[in-house]
Amino acid sequence: MTPDVNDSKHSAAAIAERHNEHFVADLAETPLQATDRVKEDKAPLSLWGEAWRNLRKQPLFLISAVLILAVAAVSLFPGLFSGIDPSSEACQLANSDAGPADGHPLGFTQQGCDVYARVIFGTRSSVTVGLFTTLGVLLIGGVMGAVAGYYGGWVDAILARINDIFFALPLILGAIVLMQLPMFRTNRTVWTLVVILVTFGWPQIARITRGAVIEVRNADFVTAARSLGVSKFGALMRHVMPNSLAPIIVVATISLGTFIVAESTLSFLGIGLPPSVMSWGNDIQAAQASLRSNPMPLLYPAIALSITVLSFIMLGDALRDALDPKARKR
Amino acid sequence: MKGDTLNASVEIQEAEIQEAGFAAVRPLLEIKDLAITFATSNGAVQAVRNAHLTIMPGETVAIVGESGSGKSTTALAAIGLLPGNGRVSAGQILFDGEDIANAGEKRMIELRGNSIGMVPQDPMSNLNPVWKIGDQVKETLKANGLPSGPDDVATVLSQAGLPDAARRAKQYPHEFSGGMRQRALIAIGLSCQPRLLIADEPTSALDVTVQRQILDHLDKMTTELGTAVLLITHDLGLAAERADKVVVMYRGQVVESGPSLELLQNPQHPYTQRLVASAPSLASRRIQVAKELGVESDELLAPADATAAGPAVAEDVLQIQNLSKVFKLRSGFGKSTDFSAVDDVSFSVKRGTTTAIVGESGSGKSTVAQMVLNLLTPTSGKIIFDGVDTSTLNSREIFAFRRRVQPIFQDPYGSLDPMYNIFRTIEEPLRTHKIGDKASREKKVRELLDQVSLPQSTMQRYPNELSGGQRQRVAIARALALDPEVIICDEAVSALDVLVQAQVLNLLAELQSRLGLTYLFITHDLAVVRQIADHVCVMEQGKLVETGSTDDVFDAPQQDYTKALLNAIPGARLMLPPEVA
Repeated sequence: MTPDVNDSKHSAAAIAERHNEHFVADLAETPLQATDRVKEDKAPLSLWGEAWRNLRKQPLFLISAVLILAVAAVSLFPGLFSGIDPSSEACQLANSDAGPADGHPLGFTQQGCDVYARVIFGTRSSVTVGLFTTLGVLLIGGVMGAVAGYYGGWVDAILARINDIFFALPLILGAIVLMQLPMFRTNRTVWTLVVILVTFGWPQIARITRGAVIEVRNADFVTAARSLGVSKFGALMRHVMPNSLAPIIVVATISLGTFIVAESTLSFLGIGLPPSVMSWGNDIQAAQASLRSNPMPLLYPAIALSITVLSFIMLGDALRDALDPKARKR
Repeated sequence: MKGDTLNASVEIQEAEIQEAGFAAVRPLLEIKDLAITFATSNGAVQAVRNAHLTIMPGETVAIVGESGSGKSTTALAAIGLLPGNGRVSAGQILFDGEDIANAGEKRMIELRGNSIGMVPQDPMSNLNPVWKIGDQVKETLKANGLPSGPDDVATVLSQAGLPDAARRAKQYPHEFSGGMRQRALIAIGLSCQPRLLIADEPTSALDVTVQRQILDHLDKMTTELGTAVLLITHDLGLAAERADKVVVMYRGQVVESGPSLELLQNPQHPYTQRLVASAPSLASRRIQVAKELGVESDELLAPADATAAGPAVAEDVLQIQNLSKVFKLRSGFGKSTDFSAVDDVSFSVKRGTTTAIVGESGSGKSTVAQMVLNLLTPTSGKIIFDGVDTSTLNSREIFAFRRRVQPIFQDPYGSLDPMYNIFRTIEEPLRTHKIGDKASREKKVRELLDQVSLPQSTMQRYPNELSGGQRQRVAIARALALDPEVIICDEAVSALDVLVQAQVLNLLAELQSRLGLTYLFITHDLAVVRQIADHVCVMEQGKLVETGSTDDVFDAPQQDYTKALLNAIPGARLMLPPEVA
C-alpha cells in the first residue's frame, strides 16, 4: 500500500504486509483431482430410469397407481369381485329401493338391482371408453401435432387452423349433435362413443405435441443427427418424438380421466351408451329419479367415477413432476 | 493503480490523510474460514470450505475458478443473497469490521445498494423487460433514499457511459444491445456509490471488444469513486489484468491467493500452475505454440512420405468461393427486408490443417459453417469440397458427403440426445450408414472411446451423467465414427472450463496429427485460435475482413478490426516473460 500508511502506524504495515502475502493452501487439504474424470461409482441411469426412481418415492404416484391397478382389475375381471348378475333381467322388483342386506352391501336400486354389482360391472365400459378414446386421441392428435410442428411452414398453417376449428367446438355440444346422426343414433355402442370423443378430443393433444416438437426440433442433437446423414423423417422418429413424449404422456393421462367423465355425462344425458349397457353414467341417470327417497344408488357410482377420475389426474400430476423438471415444484 | 488514486487523494487534503490511512488499515471486507452449506435432497452439501479473502478499501480483488468452484457462492454470501437452501455454516464475513455472515434481513437491506452493490452476470435476463431502464435505475435510487428525479437517473446512466442518457432512460431493455444493458446494470450497481461492488462475471456474455470497453469503464468509475471491487471470473488472464489481487478457488476452497502478477509468474499450488499453463490468453501462447509446432512438424512429415507415392501434398480440400447468404426478415404484411448474413466470402482450407473463422456475434461465422455442412443453401457462391461443388449433389451424394464432413457443436448439453446412451449415440452414424454388424460396431465404439480418452464403461451411461467436457469428447467420438476428412467445430470449446478446454484442444490437435484431419474451427475466442489454428479468417458483419496464417495475423494484423480484437483479449497486455508462461 502507500508509504504514508505504512509510516503512520506500525501495525498497519504489518497488516498490509500480511494482506499482500502470497498465500498457498496446504496441498494435503486441497488435493488435486484429474481434470474431468468420469464418475464411475454410480450405476448408469437413463432419463426414464431417473424419472422412475423419482416416481417410486412419491406418495401421490403410489396412491394413484394402487387405485388404477384396482380399477383395471375390476374392469378386466368383474366376476371376481361380485358373484351377482347385475343385468336388468335378473333384478327383482321386490327389492326395489331396499337398503343394504346380507350379500348386498350397498343396497338396491329402484329396479331392484344390486348397487354393488352394478358399480363393479359398470367399470368396464367407463374404463374402455376412457382408454380407447385416449389411444385414438394420441394417434390422431400426436400425428397431426408432430407433422405440423416438425415440418412447419404451410403444413403447419393448415393443420393448425383445422386444429383451431375443432378446438372451438365444445366436446359435449359436438357429441350431442353428432349423436343425432342416424348412423350413430341407431348403433350406439362403446365404440361409437369412442369415435365421437376422439373426433372432438384430439386438438388438445395435437397442440401439446406441436409445442413439444417445435421445442425439440431445433436442438443441436437433431442437427447433429441430420448432418450424420439421418433423414428428416428419421430424425423425427428417432430423436424428436422420444424427446417430446414427456408432456404428451402427462396430458394424455389427465385427459383419460376427463374422457371417463365425458362418457358418464353423455350417458347421463341419454345420448351416450344405451341403457342396456351397464355404465356409471347410466346408473347415475337411472338413480336420479329416486334421489330424494333413496340417494344411495346415485351416490355409489358417482363415488366410483370420482375416484377413478381422480386417480388418473393424480397420476398425471405425479408424472409431470417426474418427467418435466421445468414444471417441478421447488 | 488503486494505490495511485489513494495517494492523490491523500495529497489533496491534509485532513484526509488520517482517514484514508485508517480506511486502508482496516479491510473493507474480510472473509474468514467461511463455510457454506446447501441443503439438497441428497443431504447437506458443503459448497465452500475454509474460504478466506481480504479486500482493502478501493482495491480490486478477483476470485478465479472453474464452474462449481464456489466463487459465485462466496460472493453471494457477502451480499446475503444465498439461495433459500444455502446458509453460512461457519466462519465470518466482516464488512468494515461488522460480522454480516448471519446478519438479519433488515440489516442486509440497509447494506445492499448503499454499501455493497452488485453487477450480475447475464445482462439479458437481469433487467425487467416490462420496465423502462430509467425506472429500474430510479427504483434503486429510491430504495436507498437518494434523490431520484429524471435528471439524477440520467446522470447515473451517463456516468456508466451510456450516450444520450435522458432519452435512453425512457427505453425498454429490448431496445438495448447486450453491452448497453450491461452498462445499465453497472449504472444500477454503482448508482448509490457503494463502497464495495461485487461483479459476478460481468462480461462473460459479451463480445471481447465490448467486454474490454465495459471493463475499462468499470475500472475508471470505481477508481474515481474509490470503490472496492470483488470481481468473479473464470478467466485468469482477465483477473490478472484487472485486479490487484487474485484469489484462486478450487472445489470450494481457496487454494492460492496473492498479488496478481506474482501469482501469475510464480504459481505455487499445482492447481494454479495448471490454470496458468492452460489459460487461453496470449500469456501462455509460447508453450502452446511450441506444442502445436511439435504436432505440426510430425504431421508435415507424414504427408511428405505420402508425396513419394502420390501427388498433391496439401491440396485445398475445401474451397469457398464468393459465398453469400441473404435471409428474408419479415417486416409487416407480406413485406420483407433482406439481411445479408454472409456477404461474398472466399477462402480455402488445405488438407490436414486447421482454419479458424473468428468473429463476434452476428459476424455470420456460424452461417458459413451451416452452409459448408450443407444444412443451409447458399444464396450465391460455391462451396467446393474435394473438387466437387456441393450444391450440385443429389440426395445420395449428400449422404456420402456427410460421411466425409462432420460437425462438432458448441453446446455440449444440447448436442447429445438425452434419451440415447453413449453407445447408441456413437453407434448412430455407423448404423445410419449401415457399416458393419453389431459386434464390429461395438468394437468400433470402444476404439472411439479410447481415442477420446473416455473409459469404455462410459458406453452404458447417459449424457446427463457426464460433464460438459466429457460430453464434448463423446461428440468428438461420434464425429470421428465415420472416419471423416473434415471436421467443422462450431464453437466446440467455448462452453467449457479453461482446463477442460485445454484438454479438449489438446485432444483435437492430437487426433489431427494422428488421423490427418482437417478442421474448420469457428470461434469468437482469438486466444483459442492461437492455440489450434494454422490459418485465420476474421469476419465482421458477414464480410471477410482479413485472412492469413495465424502467425501473420497475430504478429502483424493489417486491419483495424483485427487489431481491436487482438487488443481486447484479456491478459494480452500483461506481457509475461515467456519462460514463466
